[in-house]
Amino acid sequence: MNADRSIADRSQPQSWMPILVLSVQEVFEIMLGCRVQPMETPEPRPNGEFTAMVGLAGAICGVLTFSCGGKTAVQIAKCMLGPEIASSEDQVSDALGEICNMIGGNFKNKLAGLDGRCMLSVPTVINGGEYSLRSLADGTPLEVVMQFEGGPIVVCLELHN
Amino acid sequence: MSKVRALIVDDSSVMRKIVERSLRQAGIELDKVVEAGNGAEALVALRDNSVDLILCDINMPVMDGLEFVRQVGSVENAKGVPVVMITTEGSESSVVQALSSGARGYIRKPFTPDQVKEHVLPVLEKKP
Repeated sequence: MNADRSIADRSQPQSWMPILVLSVQEVFEIMLGCRVQPMETPEPRPNGEFTAMVGLAGAICGVLTFSCGGKTAVQIAKCMLGPEIASSEDQVSDALGEICNMIGGNFKNKLAGLDGRCMLSVPTVINGGEYSLRSLADGTPLEVVMQFEGGPIVVCLELHN
Repeated sequence: MSKVRALIVDDSSVMRKIVERSLRQAGIELDKVVEAGNGAEALVALRDNSVDLILCDINMPVMDGLEFVRQVGSVENAKGVPVVMITTEGSESSVVQALSSGARGYIRKPFTPDQVKEHVLPVLEKKP
């Protein structure tokens, strides 16, 4: 599905939120066979023990992050790989990096008018919640919390204006 | 169709496993699967292994998939072996660039086993 949102809409980045949500939902449905739904942002914000990120460079610049708790991360890896092989931390990190990468790719592929003018970095994954991440992106972040099999996942897109 | 020897090139070991599983789910019988984490590793692997099919990511460290496709014809073992890209880079220009570099097919991530079947079977059937 190609969302009818032009890159020219970037002055209204909130208009990209449905595209971001759809991008997450498609990745989870196709690669994990699971439905995820947006939820009211809980207070306090879910603490991410695992954070995967990919950079975007070109016509749009910024960073996409995907974070979740440890149990949720293991469950995601099991859904991707099967229960018998998703056990090591390396595999869990690898799985989350790929999820983040596919969400980023799916998102930019849905933005009309972007054709080939935005590249993704290879993913990076942080394990552990005791850190602060400061992006140099100066736009208003787009953040959505979604429910995945009992645990929240947080997807955030921070863009340069 | 006889059993297929496949080389899967992706910097994610998780994605390599998923691609292998998708090939099997697509009904493609695999004789052997060789894995590589980037284009440079794949070129080395091809010197020691004959394969019938290569599935390759684009965004990888060390050597990306497009450079790999450009160089793969220089490996004696790999002449004429079809390369199908499996990547998040789904733009029209990325597809054109991959196909003009020598790729024979293009699958966008996320993908289903049916999409793998749709894009891989035709290139295997056309293989000389």
